[in-house]
Amino acid sequence: MRPLNATISAIPPSGIRRFFDIAAEMDDVISLGVGEPDFVTPWRIREAGIYALEHGYTTYTGNAGLPRLRELICADLASRYDAHYDPGTECLITTGVSEGLDLAFRVLLNPGDEVIVPEPCYVAYQPCVAFAGGTPVGVPTRAEDGFVIDVDAVEAAVTPRTAAVLIGSPANPTGAVQPPEVLRALVELAERHDLYLLSDEIYDRLTYEGTHTCLGAVPGARERTVVLGGFSKAQAMTGWRVGWLAAPAPIAELCLRVHQYTMLCAPHVSQVAAVEALSNAEGDVAEMVADYDRRRRVFVKGLREIGLECPEPAGAFYAFPSIRTSGLDAETFAERLLREEAVAVVPGSVFGPSGEGHVRCSYATALPQLEQAVERIGNFLRRL
Amino acid sequence: MREILELLERDAALSHHTVATMVGLPVEEVDARIAEWERTGVIRRHRAVVDWARYEDGGHGVEPAGRTGARVTAFIDVSVSPARGVGFDDVAVRISRFDEVRDCYLVSGGHDLRCTVVGPDIRSISDFVSQKLSTIDRVRSTATHFVLATHKRDGDTFTEPEPDHRLPVMP
Repeated sequence: MRPLNATISAIPPSGIRRFFDIAAEMDDVISLGVGEPDFVTPWRIREAGIYALEHGYTTYTGNAGLPRLRELICADLASRYDAHYDPGTECLITTGVSEGLDLAFRVLLNPGDEVIVPEPCYVAYQPCVAFAGGTPVGVPTRAEDGFVIDVDAVEAAVTPRTAAVLIGSPANPTGAVQPPEVLRALVELAERHDLYLLSDEIYDRLTYEGTHTCLGAVPGARERTVVLGGFSKAQAMTGWRVGWLAAPAPIAELCLRVHQYTMLCAPHVSQVAAVEALSNAEGDVAEMVADYDRRRRVFVKGLREIGLECPEPAGAFYAFPSIRTSGLDAETFAERLLREEAVAVVPGSVFGPSGEGHVRCSYATALPQLEQAVERIGNFLRRL
Repeated sequence: MREILELLERDAALSHHTVATMVGLPVEEVDARIAEWERTGVIRRHRAVVDWARYEDGGHGVEPAGRTGARVTAFIDVSVSPARGVGFDDVAVRISRFDEVRDCYLVSGGHDLRCTVVGPDIRSISDFVSQKLSTIDRVRSTATHFVLATHKRDGDTFTEPEPDHRLPVMP
């Protein structure tokens, strides 16, 4: 047989798969390994989806997505973050941030271009760069700094081939929120070296300390920045596969060109539901965000009380405690914790080399289970 | 600190320790505030939300009784002739004093008072309506609606929770 695509063959399968297989065979597992809300989509949004089905919204939409949805997204970005995009030419509805990433890299990169990706980071970032013919260049962030990006380290990684920097804030897996001064420094760096910026802001609403800064609103950023967001996390709509991309018109236009041939459009029903999510679900979102914040406080305190150092996660719904005191590497820790105490976490090493020594714990789990998980992790640590 | 009350209203079994962590206050302060609210009647009492139908093993139509032997619930709309100086208040107070009356509201619409009444059986409620309620001065008419099944009460849905469809480990 002829060899399959070399780039894709070279990318290892996700390190999470193995844990999934073990967990699937066990009873009574408390899973802190899930990267999605434990809330079901708020009923008013689901009801809008049902209504859309009943009324036959089962067709394609325009490639860029429903105009009403794009208007609502741009109005929301403007009012919430003072980030201004034209719904007609600068906003595109995608099948989630995942597609947005893929589109943006295809449009921004030429073969061999490098993309700087501060890590630990979401598992799809680096493979998406590679799929688009680029080379991902990881730059470590440190627990001691609260996983805030070291802009000097980013600058040191810039080469003549560097085309872009990709950040996610609030971050999966660390929960870190990049402070405005770091974002400003990144934009200045991008201006100095003529780089594009990609900003994954899927967790924007899940910011518990301080307020979220949209990278597209940082002075100087707009013309060179692609902002990605969606409905999966704050509105608990992971399975609907609907998100958006906002970028200056020349970039958005090319993203639309790829999207129209590869995806055609995001699901029509999901877009109708997303209109309802932005029009009427603010109360539901606020309630879920408040709930995550309370669980965050209880869970992080619990982890610290059983002796795990845990950088303060200011956003998303993950805690990323250090497990160095256990003397185990992250992979062994996670596997033994799962087998011995039936608690599923994700080893930090899956998210990049500087995630080693940490595990990702999602607190998108009911409070009694979180409390029980802390107890089990405590038992595990005492036995070591 | 309204948030503490909202948390307790949803789950009165939360420990003060947990509440303190959630709202970011020292536990002593949470203790003190709750004690103060209990003293001043802001917190009337702490109570459990019971699904009586589930307890009765498949029974239906059982509303919150909170009263020994109560099995049947009815909503009763009451029309009252108002009186100068007191409006409907004196009649409302008089109705509210009966133990079997769980709620009593002054409402807009076709009737004046809406009451929730519980009793051990339909007969006991009909006796209450005919002997007690209807005979109160200035009560002009009543309309009784027996509860057949409880789907949702005070924000709690009395059906099976939706299953968690999430995969156990996802990036």
